[in-house]
Amino acid sequence: MSDKTPWPEVIELLRPATGETVYMVLTATLLAVVGGLPLGVMLHLTSPAGLNPNPPAHRVLGVVVDVVRSVPFVVLLVVLASFTRFLVGTAIGSTAVIVPLTVGAIPFFARLTANALREVDTTLVEAAITTGASRLRIVWTVLLGEARAALVGAVGVTAVTLIGYAAMAGAIGGGGLGTTAIQDGYQGYDDRILYSSVILLGALAWGMQLITDFAAKIVDRRRVVTSA
Amino acid sequence: MITVENLTKSFPHDNGAVVALDNVSMQVPDGAVCGVVGSSGAGKSTLARCIALLDKPDSGAIRVDGTDLVALDGKSLRAARRRIGVVPQGDSLLRQRTAAGNVALPLEAANMSAPQRRSRVAELLDLVGLSDKAPVYPDQLSGGQRQRVAVARALAAQPSVLLADEPTSALDPSTTDSVLTVLDRARSELGVTVLVVTHDMAVVRRIADDVAVLEQGSVVEHGKVLDLVSEPGSRIGSTLLPETDQGSAVPAAGIGHDVVAEVVLVGFAAVGALLPEASNRFDVELSILGGGLTRLGDTPVAKFRIGLSGELSESALKWMIEHDAHVRRAPVSVDGVAA
Repeated sequence: MSDKTPWPEVIELLRPATGETVYMVLTATLLAVVGGLPLGVMLHLTSPAGLNPNPPAHRVLGVVVDVVRSVPFVVLLVVLASFTRFLVGTAIGSTAVIVPLTVGAIPFFARLTANALREVDTTLVEAAITTGASRLRIVWTVLLGEARAALVGAVGVTAVTLIGYAAMAGAIGGGGLGTTAIQDGYQGYDDRILYSSVILLGALAWGMQLITDFAAKIVDRRRVVTSA
Repeated sequence: MITVENLTKSFPHDNGAVVALDNVSMQVPDGAVCGVVGSSGAGKSTLARCIALLDKPDSGAIRVDGTDLVALDGKSLRAARRRIGVVPQGDSLLRQRTAAGNVALPLEAANMSAPQRRSRVAELLDLVGLSDKAPVYPDQLSGGQRQRVAVARALAAQPSVLLADEPTSALDPSTTDSVLTVLDRARSELGVTVLVVTHDMAVVRRIADDVAVLEQGSVVEHGKVLDLVSEPGSRIGSTLLPETDQGSAVPAAGIGHDVVAEVVLVGFAAVGALLPEASNRFDVELSILGGGLTRLGDTPVAKFRIGLSGELSESALKWMIEHDAHVRRAPVSVDGVAA
């Protein structure tokens, strides 16, 4: 093992790689929320405890979500290669990786959403029903509104998971810190690059968690009242 | 006015069905407060959920000002819900919304414009005495304050009926009072018909004009509180009025009296003057052997066990009955001892 590359060059290498990883993760997270939130809401609404119980629909949604969720991400990358090529013209590079990242994250976020909505007390939903509120309003104001802190937390968990997936995609040419770590670090026998990449990945995950935890706290209006 | 007609509701159970409501009928006139009481398992919650239009009864009708709401669904059901304001059992405020935001919910559902909404919310918070709590989140309110916000929310869409399901069950006596005051004010200031489902007799004692007693899914007693208490054998009467039977504690309570009777007196005039006047007028000696005085709403009500001695004892008793005392003769044995 040797440290061939001088620090300034390492930094030059890691800077765009970090940018790519952030780009992949943020884009995929955003798309996962856009796709997963409605799916999670449907999953909850059709459940036996939901506003619109529909056992067949609930079962179908549940199976789809759980099957996709249980496919290992590496397999998903390969399986979706031709779909990705069709969608973005190529199967390698960070933009291409966003496709499998999103496909993997949508059911993940959907499940987290459904779980968060399940925690909303049915008394609140029933109280809203008695006011004559429409279903859409109840979903928006009561379910999503009351679960907002949990949902922001779910965004954080999804983003952190995607940082790991994005790095994994780097192994097969996905770009970003994962590719740098494997190609320049591991295969290039350069510990300096390898460990710097790993530390950066960890820092990204930690930072992401920190930011979303803080955001969850900001949006949460519940306060624990301590009797003085 | 709200009318419940022949409401029946059963739930599927392991072996057959459990009948929660069995042909329940009751009626609450405009601007009255009716308490629905009964022990747990009597069907109170089921009745409340049916009236709140959260559960559909198997059969029967719930009419508000003549319209049967049970038959409705879809958009007309949503519109009908605004005629019944509901204070649900338990904590029902959105914790992510301020007190004002919670009260505004039914107004948003009714598509009221923002400026109108703001002034209406201010009125409602004023009605429940929480104007200063408008920007406060439920977690920073006390249980009684939260419940008052829930009442304000229930009143927001100007319903003709207000249904409160166990509004005081989680509260201590002093906060209970503040919630009951608000319910009473809803009736007197807005003319709303109030239905309070409760196991707490203090609620009936304080604000109810009418009462319905549920037992095993059936209404066993229903009417005006002040009428019911004077009826012999009334469950409400025996719960709300003071005990007169002192049992073996005063074994000789009846000895030496010509007549022993139980009297129920309703209203200031009767409670204050009837007994001494009867005693004077007929020159009988009157002693109070048991019982006491209470208050139902604003009306003083007394229930006494009295002993009368003197030649005109019977006439005195008869005079009392003529003057609106509700008299029940205590069984008296041959030697003048009350059994």
